[in-house]
Amino acid sequence: MAAVHGDAHGHGHDDHHPSGIMRWVTTTNHKDIGTMYLWFSFAMFLVGGTLAMGIRAELYQPGIQILQPELFNQFTTLHGLIMVFGAIMPAFVGFANWQVPMMIGAPDMAFARMNNWSFWLLPVAATLLVSSFFVPGGAAAGGWTFYPPLSTQGGLGVDLMIFSVHILGASSIMGSINIITTILNMRAPGMTMMKMPMFVWTWLITAYLLVLVMPVLAGVVTMLLTDRHFGTSFFNAAGGGDPVMFQHIFWFFGHPEVYIMILPSFGIVSEVIPTFSRKPLFGYSSMVYATASIAILSCVVWAHHMFTAGMPTVGQLFFMYATMLIAVPTGVKVFNWTATMWRGSMTFETPMLFAIGFIFLFVIGGFSGVICAIVPIDIQVQDTYYVIAHFHYVLVSGSLFALFAGAYYWIPKWTGRMYNETLGKWHFWLSMFFFNMTFFVQHFLGLAGMPRRIPDYNLQFADFNMISSLGAFGFGLTQLLFLYIMINCIRSGEKAPQMPWDGATTLEWTHLPTPAPYHSFEKPPIVK
Amino acid sequence: MVESKSKVNVVMMKKLLIFTLVMFVFGYALVPFYEKFCEVTGINNLLQPDVRTKETRVDEGRWITVEFDANTRGLPWQFRPLQTSARIHPGEPVNVMYEIVNNSDREINGQAIPSYSPRFLDKYLKKFECFCFTKQVLEPNETRQMPVQFVIEPSLPADIHTVTISYTFFELPDGASPAKK
Repeated sequence: MAAVHGDAHGHGHDDHHPSGIMRWVTTTNHKDIGTMYLWFSFAMFLVGGTLAMGIRAELYQPGIQILQPELFNQFTTLHGLIMVFGAIMPAFVGFANWQVPMMIGAPDMAFARMNNWSFWLLPVAATLLVSSFFVPGGAAAGGWTFYPPLSTQGGLGVDLMIFSVHILGASSIMGSINIITTILNMRAPGMTMMKMPMFVWTWLITAYLLVLVMPVLAGVVTMLLTDRHFGTSFFNAAGGGDPVMFQHIFWFFGHPEVYIMILPSFGIVSEVIPTFSRKPLFGYSSMVYATASIAILSCVVWAHHMFTAGMPTVGQLFFMYATMLIAVPTGVKVFNWTATMWRGSMTFETPMLFAIGFIFLFVIGGFSGVICAIVPIDIQVQDTYYVIAHFHYVLVSGSLFALFAGAYYWIPKWTGRMYNETLGKWHFWLSMFFFNMTFFVQHFLGLAGMPRRIPDYNLQFADFNMISSLGAFGFGLTQLLFLYIMINCIRSGEKAPQMPWDGATTLEWTHLPTPAPYHSFEKPPIVK
Repeated sequence: MVESKSKVNVVMMKKLLIFTLVMFVFGYALVPFYEKFCEVTGINNLLQPDVRTKETRVDEGRWITVEFDANTRGLPWQFRPLQTSARIHPGEPVNVMYEIVNNSDREINGQAIPSYSPRFLDKYLKKFECFCFTKQVLEPNETRQMPVQFVIEPSLPADIHTVTISYTFFELPDGASPAKK
C-alpha cells in the first residue's frame, strides 16, 4: 500500500475520504486507525473496569453477597484477559499508529491495508471474549493464565477464550510487523537510529518482543485446544503430558508480555519528562541500551512465576538472580528520568503530573517485584494479594498512568484543541489518591496471607478490604471524568496553539501544524 | 524510488512472517525439549526404571511401613494391590503384586500414574520394575497380575515411619502416546 501513497505523493493528493461509518471501516490512514485503537481500548478498559468493580463489590465484606463463586472466578479471569489483551496492549498500538509515523517523518505505516485488518480483528476477538459470559457454563474461570487442568476441563467459554486469544495474537503480530517495518525502512533522511525519539525506540523493541513470544502463545493455546477436543495429551498427565510444562511455555510468553506492556510506557514517559523539564533526555543512549537489556533479560526469567510449582534449587537460584538483574537497567532508566528533571525548568501540567506519578508508583511496584523475586519470600506470598498489589502497581500506575500522560500530552496535536487543565489535574490527583487507597492496603492483606481469586475471606481481612473496595469505586468513577475531559476537549476544547508545550522537540511538534493534517510528511522532512 | 521502497518493505514483512512461523514451531519444539531436559536432569522420571545399583546396605535396625493404594479414574477396571501394606527395612528389595480386571466388554488402554506420600519419597524410592512404565492393554474381561519391585534407600529421613505408594489408572484415548516409550 505504500505504493498508493507514493502515487499520491507524485500527483498531489486530497483529503477526501468516505464519510460516515465506511470511513472507519475502510480507512488505511494511520491516524484514523490509531484513533480507533484508542477508542476500542478505552471501551475495553470500561468493560474490564466494570468487572473489577464487581470483584471489589463482592470483596467489600466477608461472605458471599453479590457474585456466586463461579461467577466471581469468571469475573477475575475476564478482568485480567480484557485488561491485558483488550485495553493496555491495543492502547499502546494506538499510540504507535498515531505517533510512530509522525515522529520519524514517514507518511503512513508501511502496510496500511494490513493495519486496517489488524485493528478490525480486535472487535471480533472482544465479542468472542465478552459473549462467553452468556454461553452455557459461563466464561473461562481458571484465571487469566488459564492453567490446565482447569482450562482443559472448562466449558464452551474456554473455547471462545482460546479463539479470542488466537485472533488477538494475530492482530498483535500483524501490528508488530507493521511497526518494525515502518521504523526500520521509512525514517526520514537524516533520522538515524540513534536520533529516533525514545518512544519509537521502545516500540521497536516491544514489537520485536511481540513477534518473538506471541507465536509461542498461539502455540500453547493451540495445544490446549487439541488437548480439549482432539485427544492429544500435551498437558494431561494420564496421557504422558505434564501440566507444569504448560506453565513453562505460558510464562515463556507471559514474562516478556509484561515488558511488552511496560516498555512503550517508558517511551511515553521519556517524551513527556524532557518536554516539561525543558531539557533533553538525560543519557539517551543508555536509555536505548537499558531498554534492549530489559527486553533480552525478560526472556530468561519466566520461571520466577512458578517457584512453588516444583523446581530444583539451582533453577530457583538462576531465575531469582536473573530476575533481580532486571532491576539494574530499570534503575538506569529511573535515574535518567530523575536526572532529566534535575535543575530543569519544570512545569506541572497534567501529562507531567501523570509522568511523575508513574515514576513514583512504578518504582514502588518495581521494589515489590524485587521482593517477590526472592525465592523464600515468593513461596510465602505466591497467589496472595501481595502479588496483586505488585502487578497493579506496575500495570495500573505504570502502564495506565503512562497512557494517560501520553493522551494528555498528544491530544492537542491530534485534535487541535486543548483539554481542560483544571479537570485534568483533578483527574490526576483523584486517580493518585484512589489508586493508592485501592492497592497499597493489598500489600498488607497479602502479607497477612489473603489468597487471590477467592470470593470470600477471613474476618481479619475485613477492614483493609473495605478500604480497598471504596478506593476501587472511587478510581473507577474517576476514569469517567477522563472520558468526559477527552470528549469535552474533542468537541469544544479551546483551540490549541501551534506549540502548546514549549519544551517539545520531536518532529510532530516542530515540523507539523496543529492539529496534524490528515496526511502528513508526504515530503519527508530533512532531519539534521 | 517509491517502488523500491515498497519492495524493501515486502521483503521485510516476509522475513518477519518467517520469524513468526519459526517461533510458532519453537513453541511446539519446547515440548520434546522439556521432556528431554527432565529426562537428562532426572527431574521428572517417575515413569522410568531406576538402575539397579550393586548392593544397597540394608538398615536392619529400622522398620518402615509401606502402604499400597490403587485407584482408577474414568475407566471400568478393578484395580487393587494383593497386599495393602508391608513392614520392611530400608534398603531391602520389596516385591508387591497388583491386579487389574477389565470389567467391560471392550479393549481398553490404561496408563498408571504414581503418586507418593510424603511427596519427597521419590528421591529415596528406587523402582526397578513397574506396570506404570508402559501402557497396559486389557482385552474384555481380562485379569492381569503385575509386579512392582523397589527399594527404599536407608537415607530416608529418620522421622519417617510410614510411606504410601499410590497408583491411579487413567484411560488412554485411542491414538494417544503412552506415557514414556
